[in-house]
Amino acid sequence: MTKSLLKYFALLAGAAIFAYPFLWMLAGSIKPEMEIGNLSLWSSHASFHSYEQVLTKIPIIRSFFNSIIVSVSTTASVVLFGSMVGYALARLRFFGSKLLFALILFTMMIPFQITLIPQYILMVKLGLTDTYASLIAPTMMSAFSIVVFRQFFMSLPQALIDAARIDGCSEFRILFLLIWPLSRAVIITVAILTFMSSWNDVLWPLIVVRDRALMTMPQLVTIFVIGGEAESQLGLQLAAATLLALPVVIAYSFFQRYFIEGMAYTGIKG
Amino acid sequence: MSYKINFIKAIRHSEKNSYWFILPYVIFFLLFVAYPLVFSFILIFHRWNVVTPMEWVGLKNFKRMFSDPQFFKAMINTFVFLLIHIPLQIGVALGFSLLLYSKGAMRGFFRAVYFLPVIVSGVVVTILWQNLYSYDSGVLNSLLNVFGLPKVPWLIDPDIAMPSIAVMATWKNVGIYIVLFLVGLQNIPKEMYESASLDGAGKYSQFFKITLPMLNSTMVLIVVLSTIGGFSLFIEPYVLTGGGPMQSTMSGMLYIYNQAFYFGHMGYAAALGFVFALVILSVVLLQRKVVEADSV
Repeated sequence: MTKSLLKYFALLAGAAIFAYPFLWMLAGSIKPEMEIGNLSLWSSHASFHSYEQVLTKIPIIRSFFNSIIVSVSTTASVVLFGSMVGYALARLRFFGSKLLFALILFTMMIPFQITLIPQYILMVKLGLTDTYASLIAPTMMSAFSIVVFRQFFMSLPQALIDAARIDGCSEFRILFLLIWPLSRAVIITVAILTFMSSWNDVLWPLIVVRDRALMTMPQLVTIFVIGGEAESQLGLQLAAATLLALPVVIAYSFFQRYFIEGMAYTGIKG
Repeated sequence: MSYKINFIKAIRHSEKNSYWFILPYVIFFLLFVAYPLVFSFILIFHRWNVVTPMEWVGLKNFKRMFSDPQFFKAMINTFVFLLIHIPLQIGVALGFSLLLYSKGAMRGFFRAVYFLPVIVSGVVVTILWQNLYSYDSGVLNSLLNVFGLPKVPWLIDPDIAMPSIAVMATWKNVGIYIVLFLVGLQNIPKEMYESASLDGAGKYSQFFKITLPMLNSTMVLIVVLSTIGGFSLFIEPYVLTGGGPMQSTMSGMLYIYNQAFYFGHMGYAAALGFVFALVILSVVLLQRKVVEADSV
C-alpha cells in the first residue's frame, strides 16, 4: 500500500514538473505584467491584453497561415511521394531498386550539418529565397517516410495486389484506391510526424526567409522575442509562445496515440 | 557489348510503371542530397560570401579551423552538454518508465503529460525556460526563495549556463526516451523474472542482472539519438543566451550559423559543417562499439 502511494506520489510529482510550466505560461499570458513573476496560476485581473498587443505588434496571423501552407504542403508531398516510392520498392520489380534503397538508407545517415549550407546556396542560385518554395522544397520527400511505407506495404498480402492486376488496374490505381485505404494508420503516423517537425522547424526558415510577411510562426515568434520587439515584456512573449504551441497541442489532444507511438517508432527505426 | 545488352534487358524486364513511381524521388535526391553533398565538398576548399566569385583557398579553411579557439570552444561546449544531458536523460527516463511499467491507474494520462514537451516547438520551450531561469523574477529562483535558498545565476554564470541548457533539453526530450524504455521493458520475457525469483534473486539483483542488461539496445539507441540531438543544438542557445556568457553556450550549430549567415563565410561554415558531420558519425560509431561491447 505505502509502496503504491509512493509510486503515485512520484508520478504526480513528474506530472507537475512537466505540466506546471505550461500552465504557468498559459496563466502568465493573461496575467498583468506585475503578477507574472509569482508562482500562482491565478489572477484576479486576467485579461487578453497581451494577446491584443501581440496581434498588433507582429503579423502573427499571417505567419500562422504561412506555417499552415508550408506544413500542409510538406506533409501532403511527403505522404504522396513517400508512399509512391515505398510502393515501388516493396511491390514492383525494376532494375536499380536495390541501389535506390541503398541510397535512401544512406540519405538517412547523413548529418544535416553537411548539407545545410549547400542547400541554402541552391536556394539562392534558384532565386527561391523569400518564397514559400524555399520553405517547402527541401523537405518535400523524406527517406524515413519511404522506409516506413515500404515496410508496411511489404506486409500486405500479394494476392490482393494480384487480384487487382488481373482486373486490369494500373499500378497507380492499385496504390491510391486499394492500398491507401488499407494504410490509414501508417499514413496518419507519417503525416503527423511530418507536420509536427515541419511546424516546429525554425533553423531553415531563419536561413531562407528574411521577409516578415513570409515568416513561419516559430520564426516570427523567435525574431519577436530576441529582436527586442517584445520590449522584454514577459506577458507578450508568453502570449506569443502560447499561440505557437496551441495548434500542435490541439492536434496532440486528438491524435495522442499516433504522436507517441510514431515518435517511438521513429526512434527505433531512425 | 553484352554488358550493355544485359543492362537494356534488365530495364525492359522491369515493371513498366516503376520508373514513374520513383522519378520524383530521384529528382529530389539529385537536387537536395547529391548536389549539396558534392557542392559541400567543393565549397570547403573555397572562400566565398555568395556575392563575389568563389576563391580557391586549398586547405586554408581547415588550417583556420584548427587554430580557431572558438571552434574548439564550440566542440568542448557540445561535449559538456552531452556529458550532462545523456546520463540525466537515461536516469530520469529509466526511473519514470519503471514507475509507468508496473500496472496502475492513469498510466496513459501520465505518459501523455510527460510527452507534452516533446511535441511542442523548441521555441516555446525556450521562451518558457527563459522565464523559469530568469535571475531576478524567474520561477525557479522564486521557488528557491520560498525554501530560503539563495538565487542561482542559471544563465548568467558561464559555468552554469550550459548545464542549465542541458537540463532544459532533458525536460524537453525525456518523454520520447520514457516511451522507448517502456517498449524495451515490454520486450523482456516475463519468464526471466519468474525463474530468477525461483532461484531466490531479490528485486535489486533482478534489476541489475536482468532489466539493465536487457535494456542495453535501448540504451545504445538513446545515447546515439541524444548525441545527434546534442550536435544539432541551436535554437535553445540562439534564443536564450546568443551563445554567451563568455561563449559558454556557443554550440557547434550556432557557430556554423553565425559564420555562414552573420559573417558570410560560406566556405568556412561548410568546412565546419563537414568536420562536425564527421565528428558526429565517428562519435556515434564509437558509442555503438563501446556500449555494445559492454553488454557482452
